Amino acid sequence: MSQSAVAEVSLQPGRPRRFLKPETQTAMLFLLPSFLGFMVFMALPILASLALSFTNWQLISTPSFVGFQNYIRLFTVDPAFYTILRNTLFFAVEYLALNLVISLTLAVWISSLKRGKAIFRVIFFLPTFTPTIAASVVWLLIFTPDGLADTIIRALGLGLPNFLLSSSWAMQAIVLVTLWANVGYNVVMFNAALDLVPKHYLEAATIDGANAWQRFWRIRLPLISPTIFFGTVMTAITSLQIFDEVFAMTRGGPGSATATLGFAIYQKGFTNFQMGYASALAWVMFVMIMALTILQFHMQRKWVHYDD
Amino acid sequence: MTTDPTSRHPHSVSQHRHRLLRRIGSFASYTGLSLIALLFLFPFFWMVSNAVRSNAEVMAVPVRIFPEEYHWGTFVEAVVSLPFGTFLLNSFVVACGVTAIVIAVSCLSAYAFARLKFPGREGLLLTYLTTLMIPQVMLVIPLFLIVSKFGWINTYHGMILPVAFSSFGTFLLRQFILGIPKDLDEAAMMDGASRLRILVTVIIPLAMPAIGLLALFTFIAQWKSFLWPLIATSGVEMATLPLGLTLFQTQQGTAWNYIMAGATISMVPGVILAIVLQRVIYKGITVSSGFGGR
Repeated sequence: MSQSAVAEVSLQPGRPRRFLKPETQTAMLFLLPSFLGFMVFMALPILASLALSFTNWQLISTPSFVGFQNYIRLFTVDPAFYTILRNTLFFAVEYLALNLVISLTLAVWISSLKRGKAIFRVIFFLPTFTPTIAASVVWLLIFTPDGLADTIIRALGLGLPNFLLSSSWAMQAIVLVTLWANVGYNVVMFNAALDLVPKHYLEAATIDGANAWQRFWRIRLPLISPTIFFGTVMTAITSLQIFDEVFAMTRGGPGSATATLGFAIYQKGFTNFQMGYASALAWVMFVMIMALTILQFHMQRKWVHYDD
Repeated sequence: MTTDPTSRHPHSVSQHRHRLLRRIGSFASYTGLSLIALLFLFPFFWMVSNAVRSNAEVMAVPVRIFPEEYHWGTFVEAVVSLPFGTFLLNSFVVACGVTAIVIAVSCLSAYAFARLKFPGREGLLLTYLTTLMIPQVMLVIPLFLIVSKFGWINTYHGMILPVAFSSFGTFLLRQFILGIPKDLDEAAMMDGASRLRILVTVIIPLAMPAIGLLALFTFIAQWKSFLWPLIATSGVEMATLPLGLTLFQTQQGTAWNYIMAGATISMVPGVILAIVLQRVIYKGITVSSGFGGR
């Protein structure tokens, strides 16, 4: 297409000043605001971030090129890096698994109802429309020492410590809050997909003697698998970036028990002013997200069913 | 509720039992889901319930589910004594500003990508799409440097412009415009309408469902946004509501009841939008997940 446009322009020797076709001019005019924004606030920052990751810039000094030193330091010297990486992956895996199971269960449950679907959808969707920080401070109050969570744990005789003060349980609190705050989006999305499954497929299967369980596994699940795939990819991408909940509830603590990549980048960059090192961390995160997304697209052939 | 045709044949014991079982099942299903829904709503109740307590009672041991005394004045006190009014205004200016720019910019670029032919179109679109995978924290450091170079720290434009160019919006609207018949453009073109006129009078009215969804999601995303305002501002005057909530969380002698009142206020727009627009959201999510799955 671009070749034909170029050819047309060059085949008009009579009007040499007419550089571009009018349609192209209009297109450029229409795209100008978006393109300017894209260059200044997207392309330039991406390149700058990559360049910064090869410097030792600490905001006050002039940056100097240090090659791969930041990356080498990350993987070989920095003892905190593997903790951060482990925390991030632990959170992402547990959160993703629980989110999918819970949202799918609730979506199937809601779609089985004859009436009142909208009410339940709105209820599970409400936290999604709430500022994460507002949600986090409410949960912070719930988990405050001798607060509601401790009272319930004691009343049930569970013998658990206060989540936010325990390095082995703090991450569970972050998972719980993030689930509460975000699971609604997938619930509504999966519910919408389930409601779109043609009724006659299910009726035909019932006549053939399939029970509810079989209808779910053999018909509904394959038919909504593209939506589940989309939900999985998006949830995975956002879970690797977890920041708001960590910032508001634990600031990475106790110790470094809940320090995730997202939090570490913020901390290194804006508390310690190690912009170069933080940029290297950001690129590690980007590579992880890319790798995970590619892996998911690769695996989708095994389980995602497209009805072409 | 049990209106299936089989239940109309009377006097069959097995059918009678079947109907009874279905009713019990349905009752159990509603009860179970309602219990889960109540658990889900509980943090909201806890927030409001603690917003109307005295601060001493919030911290009191043992914990009481309902307040001993109701201090409804906390909402007024919170807004007056802490600059929640300023936070509220800042949040509104930023969320509305970003939404307006996203809609205007995305309509123009989406129309160009959907309807106009120009060299390099597919390549540019693919470049836009690729950036959807870029994590926000990666951009935050260079964006901070750019914005501080411009002298935009602690300004509305510094908070708005860097997040107002969404390739997601371009892509969402482009997909929608592709579904609008081209004949409509051509008819308007016959009447001598310019491209801009076609966009404004023909395409935008037809694309209103998608534009509305984009506006809603952009507004909510900005209303919730925390990381960029945290970095692009300092101090109290330019803080948005989410920032305001944490600013007072770290102060000595945290006023939990005020924070809970602030959290309640910060939720109100979202709750209203979620309830009023629930049909739109439900339909919109169907549309957007449809294109995402492909």
